[in-house]
Amino acid sequence: METTAYTPADYKSDQPVRWCPGCGDHAILNSLHKAMATLGVPPHLTAVISGIGCSSRLPYYMNAYGFHTIHGRAAAIATGFKVANPEMTVWQISGDGDGLAIGGNHFIHAVRRNIDINMLLLNNKIYGLTKGQYSPTSDRGFVSKSSPYGTVEDPFIPAELVFGARGNFFARSIDVELQITQEALLAAARHHGASVVEILQNCVIYNNGIHNRITDREYRPDRTIHLVHGEKMVFGKNRDKGLVQDGFLLKAVEIGKDGYTMDDVLVHDAHTPTNFLHQQLAMMDGTDLPLAIGVIRDVDSLTYNDEVERQVADVRAAKGFDSLRDMIMAGETWEVK
Amino acid sequence: MLEETSVKTLDKVVIRFSGDSGDGMQLVGNIFTNVSAGLGNEVSTFPDYPAEIRAPQGSLGGVSGFQVSVGTGVHTPGDKCDVLVAMNPAALKQNVKHVKPGGVIVVDIDSFKEADLKKALFTTDNPFAELGINAQVLEVPVTSITKAALADSGLDNKSIIKCRNFFALGLVCWLFDRPLESVVHFLSKKFAKKPAILDANTKVLNAGFNYGHNIHASVSTYRVETKEARPGVYTDINGNTATAWGLIMASEKSGRPLFLGSYPITPATDILHELAKRKDLGVKAVQMEDEIAGVCSAIGASFAGDLAVTSTSGPGLALKSEGIGLAVIAELPLVIIDVQRGGPSTGLPTKTEQTDLMQALYGRNGESPVAVVAPASPTDCFTMAFEASRIAIEHMTPVILLTDAFIGNGSSAWRIPDADEYPEIKPPYVPADKLAEGAWRPYDRNADNLVRYWAIPGTEGGMHRLGGLEKDYATGAISTDPVNHERMVHTRREKIARIANDIPALEVLYDCGDADTLLLGWGGTYGHLRTAAQELNDAGHKVAFTHFRYINPLPANTGEVLSKYKKVVVAELNTGMFADYLQSRFPEVKIERVNKIQGQPFLVEEVVSAVTKIMEDK
Ligand SMILES: Cc1ncc(C[n+]2csc(CCOP(=O)(O)OP(=O)(O)O)c2C)c(N)n1
Ligand code: SF4
Ligand SMILES: [Mg+2]
Repeated sequence: METTAYTPADYKSDQPVRWCPGCGDHAILNSLHKAMATLGVPPHLTAVISGIGCSSRLPYYMNAYGFHTIHGRAAAIATGFKVANPEMTVWQISGDGDGLAIGGNHFIHAVRRNIDINMLLLNNKIYGLTKGQYSPTSDRGFVSKSSPYGTVEDPFIPAELVFGARGNFFARSIDVELQITQEALLAAARHHGASVVEILQNCVIYNNGIHNRITDREYRPDRTIHLVHGEKMVFGKNRDKGLVQDGFLLKAVEIGKDGYTMDDVLVHDAHTPTNFLHQQLAMMDGTDLPLAIGVIRDVDSLTYNDEVERQVADVRAAKGFDSLRDMIMAGETWEVK
Repeated sequence: MLEETSVKTLDKVVIRFSGDSGDGMQLVGNIFTNVSAGLGNEVSTFPDYPAEIRAPQGSLGGVSGFQVSVGTGVHTPGDKCDVLVAMNPAALKQNVKHVKPGGVIVVDIDSFKEADLKKALFTTDNPFAELGINAQVLEVPVTSITKAALADSGLDNKSIIKCRNFFALGLVCWLFDRPLESVVHFLSKKFAKKPAILDANTKVLNAGFNYGHNIHASVSTYRVETKEARPGVYTDINGNTATAWGLIMASEKSGRPLFLGSYPITPATDILHELAKRKDLGVKAVQMEDEIAGVCSAIGASFAGDLAVTSTSGPGLALKSEGIGLAVIAELPLVIIDVQRGGPSTGLPTKTEQTDLMQALYGRNGESPVAVVAPASPTDCFTMAFEASRIAIEHMTPVILLTDAFIGNGSSAWRIPDADEYPEIKPPYVPADKLAEGAWRPYDRNADNLVRYWAIPGTEGGMHRLGGLEKDYATGAISTDPVNHERMVHTRREKIARIANDIPALEVLYDCGDADTLLLGWGGTYGHLRTAAQELNDAGHKVAFTHFRYINPLPANTGEVLSKYKKVVVAELNTGMFADYLQSRFPEVKIERVNKIQGQPFLVEEVVSAVTKIMEDK
């Protein structure tokens, strides 16, 4: 780790943390404090903007310029903030309901626009704050207070929305994977442009264990794969499994079996502009293929806020005015003496 | 050249150009306005757009109009016109009701063929008789003369036909004694990159002028009075542009960069267009994905330290209401512009109304008072956009600026102000010593006006958290304490009420001490109401007049002014929203109402007769 002048404590506010004991959000908050300290952007140049939901309480626990706004609108508010004040590092916090239901439109447009903000999606597949309704990431058939007979609709896969919106950064982590979460958050902050980090979060009260199929300690090594740029795609308790190309698709194999060797295992390239493989990796769901965690896609491209600054500078260099009056006087006028 | 025709000298005249939406009537109307303003006339315009962008050619739904009044004492584009230009039968049919008895109607008789008449749903072959026209009709073969004038131009037929509007303009210039040089000056700028078109239009313009001259048209021509205007440099400006420029002035005067978050909607879009161009002054105008994102991006920009604005019309204001509530509780400066149009729902999107008043005042959940101001005229949009920004920043509050389609699209000559004619705007920054001591809390307030201080992100030591949850009066931390909530509600309300100490008093016109009726209005109806008051007084009725530009809070002397009159007549383009608002505040005042909800501005004569009737009713 790099050394900086800041410690995680420098980013903690004095407000008491109000999440339920055991809620996954605690771990995510800790990872964020640590990632910020590593990143080393001073608190007064850091903004944390959220919508509404349990997860959206997060800004109150940050020593930064924090704004807990209204349901679904965090991405739009963060966009205006960043355009207005591009010197600030902006973190936007949303739950799965906040970011993908009521705020779905702002979410995809922020990604498409490639505004340079770090968008954290705390996905507990439920509406926590309103006490347990299904969300746009709940699986088909999910039983909740608002779907007593099971839902009859398919969920969003957040990554797929990001790719649909032509996103250039997508990472995924799990609340309890502190290291990987920090790694993803740091990469997101360093990425130039909109970076989406989906963090699977456990809601102990209304959706306890919803990610267990994947996150349970017993299965996690076999049902997840930690992707690292430039490294082989290997996984498994004994790190004896790998991902190989199978036609246009991916296949999980046991290294040393069926003729597969380490040489067949793919090397992760998060920086390649074509997103075909990134999409396949992001869509793996822990059933036949392991769920990908870590930084899946991280590709530089033009950001909205930089382009606004560039355009202002270009226009002003070409025909800028010093004042409103100068601008008006350069137009159609007449004088009355 | 005028000696052979009868010349009327008038203090003001009204001309209405009308044709198919593709006929270029708005363009020639604008040029005529600019030329007249350049001659020292006061001008006031009313572009009347068709609701459909591309209605079938020649149909009644596709008629586009542009009315302008020029002269002295011009406060409105005029009730009815002295001269109507109608390029086709549909334009004639739609606009004949706007012509004064004995006025002049110029028609392009070439486009009055059987097929044209059919498209405009005439049932006989004599449209003039069918409409019972009581005016001098000048039947001019505009199309054929235009074609003849451009026979050698090398232009194709379609391009030639497109020049017809300049024939009409040339003829109108002859009628009103406008020199063609200044028209040509405008043309050469507009068509600088298209010399062939410039040449053709100039030719046709002259042909129109000469036509009037040569046929010794036996119609009246007009000489329009000019007034000694205040010396200075002038430009022609419409309300939407004036609004955009007022915001820029406020940005210069406050030192806060200007941010606009917006989503296109008629009739407000031109504000977005203008500010998008103003990157040359460093303005950042962002077209967001919807109105909610428009207001939210502005709230983000405000939190970040900008003079943040969102522009829209009624339906968009409805979408923004939750966001405005956030800015109320976070006590962030925010300017929300509503260029009102006919509602409800999509309603009459290109037409004017004052029907968003209640929405602006009350259209949010919870106790969420905001300041509301409303410009009186196209040029006043500049001043009131500046005022909205000043109040927003100095009082840390959302401010709704209620303009309307009539003043937003209408234009007037405007003297370009010097920067020192407008006051400095002083953002209530957190005092540096408080920051240094770490003694500042986000809801610490100025004891006089109850305004909280603004810590601009990026300021060392200024870190704080805002949010939509109720906050503790003292610490600024989340609080659900019942008594604290009530205190915060009252504090936010009182903060808005105290803005009354920081706005001008209400002024009364035409009161020589013996009027017992007061006519009043608010916002964009000023020109019509003031002219009506003038005419009432000229006719011997003693009517005082006042007009509200500050709606919430009301000017501090409002109660005192209203209490002086036996009858207070509130005229507005809705069913009586401002009247209800005043009545709720001043229950003892006897309020009479004059209302119109037709998507059209008042006519002066309507107001005069309504007020006369009210005065007669004892
Ligand atoms: C306009 C509006 N609609 C609805 C709500 C109620 N509401 C608050 S949070 C929420 C959903 C929260 O779910 P999510 O975003 O997933 O956050 P979580 O609580 O699970 O962290 C809802 C429906 C609201 N506050 N505002
Ligand atoms: S309800 Fe669920 S998501 Fe909300 S704080 Fe409690 S555990 Fe966390
Ligand atoms: Mg959730």
